[in-house]
Amino acid sequence: MTSIDPEIITESQGKKTDSVLPKIIRYVLLFAGNAAVGYILSRFINLGYYTLAIAVFILAVFVNFVLLVKKVYPLRWMVIGLVLMGLFTIYPIIFTIWVSFTNYGEGHLITKEQAIDQILDRTYLPETGKAYQWTAFKSPEGDYALWLIDAEGNAYLAKPEEPISQPQTGEEGVGELDEDGIPVTIEGYQRLNVILAVSDKNLSKIQFGEEGKTIQVRTPSEAAELLPKYVFDSDLDAMIDQETGVVYRNLRGVFSSSTGQELKPGFIETIGLSNFTRFFTSPALRGPLIRIITWNFAFAFLSLLINFSLGLLIAIIFNEPGFPFKKLIRSLLIIPYTIPALLTILVWRGMLNPELGIIDRLLENWFGWAPPWFTNQWWAKAAILLINLWLSYPYFMLICSGSLQSISDDYYAAAKVDGANGWQQFWHITLPLLLVAVGPLLISSFVFNFNNFNLIYIFNGGGPPMANTPTPAGHTDILISYVYNLAFSGSRGIDYGFASAITIVIFVIVGTITLFQFRFTGMWEEVSENV
Amino acid sequence: MSNMSTVQRLRSSASFRYKLSVALRLILAIFLIIFSIFPILWVISAAINPTGSLATQKLIPSNPGLDNFRELLTSGEFPFWTWFGNSIKISAITSVLSLSITTIAAYAFSRFRFRGRKTMLKGIFLIQVFPTLLALVATFLMISQFGDVIPFIGLNQHTSLILIYLGGAMGTNIWLMKGYLDTVPRDIDESAMVEGANNWQIFTKLILPLLKPILIVIAIINYIGTYGEFILARVLLKSNEKYTLMVGLQIFAGAQFDQRWGVFAAGALIGGLPIMIIYLILQDKIVGGLTTGAVKG
Repeated sequence: MTSIDPEIITESQGKKTDSVLPKIIRYVLLFAGNAAVGYILSRFINLGYYTLAIAVFILAVFVNFVLLVKKVYPLRWMVIGLVLMGLFTIYPIIFTIWVSFTNYGEGHLITKEQAIDQILDRTYLPETGKAYQWTAFKSPEGDYALWLIDAEGNAYLAKPEEPISQPQTGEEGVGELDEDGIPVTIEGYQRLNVILAVSDKNLSKIQFGEEGKTIQVRTPSEAAELLPKYVFDSDLDAMIDQETGVVYRNLRGVFSSSTGQELKPGFIETIGLSNFTRFFTSPALRGPLIRIITWNFAFAFLSLLINFSLGLLIAIIFNEPGFPFKKLIRSLLIIPYTIPALLTILVWRGMLNPELGIIDRLLENWFGWAPPWFTNQWWAKAAILLINLWLSYPYFMLICSGSLQSISDDYYAAAKVDGANGWQQFWHITLPLLLVAVGPLLISSFVFNFNNFNLIYIFNGGGPPMANTPTPAGHTDILISYVYNLAFSGSRGIDYGFASAITIVIFVIVGTITLFQFRFTGMWEEVSENV
Repeated sequence: MSNMSTVQRLRSSASFRYKLSVALRLILAIFLIIFSIFPILWVISAAINPTGSLATQKLIPSNPGLDNFRELLTSGEFPFWTWFGNSIKISAITSVLSLSITTIAAYAFSRFRFRGRKTMLKGIFLIQVFPTLLALVATFLMISQFGDVIPFIGLNQHTSLILIYLGGAMGTNIWLMKGYLDTVPRDIDESAMVEGANNWQIFTKLILPLLKPILIVIAIINYIGTYGEFILARVLLKSNEKYTLMVGLQIFAGAQFDQRWGVFAAGALIGGLPIMIIYLILQDKIVGGLTTGAVKG
């Protein structure tokens, strides 16, 4: 084989870029692009989207490398595709793998730093400690202000959500002070006498001052500064309650006390292989999961077998050249394949609708009975196989008739000479040769059906539901629709971590089948030779 | 004499048997055709049945009319034309862009020899096996984060949907495209190169025109695939006027399936028929495109 030498490529590339102007334009564009990416990166980092920032950064470096280094010239042809694939396919996959090792999900949706920040913001009113004498003022609009005097005699003015100040007479509307050092008037406010102030129900609930230094009324005579309720001890990886002294240790992504009290919110925490061990060992899950996996394989296998058989049968029966109406028959038979599956699945859902749907009404008329397609698990499974047959036999019909035509007539002529009958010819010539040709397509089709989410989700959402399962599961659920419910339905709590772990399991299953396919068909070898 | 008649008898019995077998096969064909087009006929019947509900529908409606279509197209509640337009726009853009990206990349894979080439091809194939549906959570989060910085690739934007479709294009199409490009003899490139053409010129002036028929077929297959895609669009698009036709019809069907069956059927017909017609007209080409590339690997 004559392959093009990279040297030649770079040389011809070199000739093209001899002139300086295109080169300058290229660098200017690259520089502008880098500046834009830099800006986006800084925003991502500000917002705390570190993983995405890393991904974008790596891709930007890759693009620069490809555009600046002559040696990797071939990559320039595919750089757009690779970048899009990296960002929108590979990054989500890597993210999913990471999530499968975490407890990401309901109650664990934010990072540890964010959770600690939220918890550290909480305050409490100490029962003892530094105190102020207070006098309350109230405006006609119902706003309050406090005049505070500490033990040293310093006076302060505190209003909600405003910094606490130390005004002199005349500043901030503060009027003359009386003999206790309390202003007689504050502009816009009216001084409350002791009885009014003590009986005011709102007053003891209001926090005066800004975040960082907040003061609240503690007793009729004292007001005190609120203190942070929790302190984070990074050595212990624990929150310590300053009021009660209780230690809340980090337990799988949530700070918990020894008595089981939890500090909300929890946060995302790496939990090792827990999701995977749960998948394989949890007794509550094992029941439904084993059933789902069994049905998943049965569904994919039976679909393939039934659909391929019918497709092959049709292809053989009508394969004969000169068969009347051949073209018309084929056109009518491929119709199910030509309409978006989503629409036809919905149509089937309507047709099989108990009582109302046409099929059930017809069967009721003829036999006085119709199958409970949606409430009985076996009939639901039969319905799904039936719909899938309808959806995909045309595909097998097409690929089989294509491959049948490529089988040489000589084989059959030789077989006839040997006295083989039609049946023997089918088993010993047609089928083996056909399987070689369409084998890879059959495996792809198995993989496709293994993850045929649309059919299950649109037809009956995996129903009828199984009883007594820890998370929602249905009798016709396959792994992928089960995962979808775990991650998105949220009726009993979303669990991205566990959903991602099952994703990885599915990936391993499907990936193994694919690698087997390569081995089986020698596709890798073809890659190596053919070119 | 007797010899003659035996031959004749044999001949006529053979032709009789052949005719019988054709007749039986035609009868079988009729059954299969009924199975295959019954749902379609039923949708048509539902669409022209003025009573409009699932329970009252008969296969041959008593007084057919276009009421359902009128309701579908005029009621402001479900902006059918907007959905239809969104679907056509998204599918067309995705189809053209993904074809351009993958054809150019496939040319490099087919013609250049560089380090890591085989590894990349294998890697792309394995990545394509990963069910994208499953990375949906991650995709969703990523798009919402992007949206905070670059609004037009955020949630509920067609741009982000198109970009995600394009991200999957390399995986699904590169092997197919490379397969076709490998069938174009390399001598063409070499003779052009001797005459001083560079790779880009060879690709655009020589290779692309040769590939044109198959490119059109792949563009149509891509178009149909994107047009029917549902789950990504369902998760990323949030508002009524941004929905694609598939999302809109699925949501509509979920909400008022039984009562407004006729309206749904009308929508499904308008949405499904164009694709069906394209398919039937181009069936030989599309079938060829689906199988040859795939069988070759």
